[in-house]
Amino acid sequence: MAEPKGSAPIFAALGDETRLRLVARLCDDGPMSITGLTEGSRVTRQAITKHLHVMEEVGLVRSTRHGRESIWQLDQRRLKDARHYLDLISKQWDDALARLREFVED
Amino acid sequence: MNTDCIEKKILLRAQRKRVWRALSDSAEFGSWFGMKFDGPFAPGARMSGVIVPTTVDAEVAKAQKKYEGMRFEITIEQVEPERLFSFRWHPFAVERGVDYSVEPTTLVVFALEEVANGVMLTVTESGFDQIPIARRAKAFTTNEQGWGMVVNLIEKYLVHAQ
Repeated sequence: MAEPKGSAPIFAALGDETRLRLVARLCDDGPMSITGLTEGSRVTRQAITKHLHVMEEVGLVRSTRHGRESIWQLDQRRLKDARHYLDLISKQWDDALARLREFVED
Repeated sequence: MNTDCIEKKILLRAQRKRVWRALSDSAEFGSWFGMKFDGPFAPGARMSGVIVPTTVDAEVAKAQKKYEGMRFEITIEQVEPERLFSFRWHPFAVERGVDYSVEPTTLVVFALEEVANGVMLTVTESGFDQIPIARRAKAFTTNEQGWGMVVNLIEKYLVHAQ
């Protein structure tokens, strides 16, 4: 029943197949330029750029400039927040069971 | 990490029949969990519960206050006295105005085992891989991708990042 505010935009940003693929690609191959990310993809460079910016806005990825190119990588901090969101379900059970203990142990 | 199932174990220093009553009696279950049910738990019963702040913990009660009155549908599966109690429900069904009835449910199982100094209670909640991510993020644009996939991606990423 907890309602973390920070994670929803992350999941929203991941709610697109192309963006999920980009995340997977950056997971597997590490920091990459848009050129690298476009290679072997059926999606245009413009579209990839747009998707990266959507994910940058919610803090899923970030870019650093190297000469004329931007290198994109995943932002670990926000992904850990997202992971934290999952832990909440687990935490809710811990809390509920602690209440049960208090309820049955005299 | 298993993304489909959560398992918890807790040793309760109480008699088995006491623990069983706290689980199988809908009024007792409701008072520690923070819900009020519309009838007794019986195998196969489809029933609804309303969030009522728990009477056990003031702090938790405060947190539950904003969800007070929200309705939950649950379906009782198995009731095996002093041994096993299970039901299905919709996890995180706390967004007002959303029809969760069409979405997959998770299965919650309470299993009791008598041990030397009390009862070992194991709680498992499974079926999360089938829960659409839309459940958790209102702004989610498409729910074709399962929650499990996102979880796997994040897991994978964290493993790589370390």
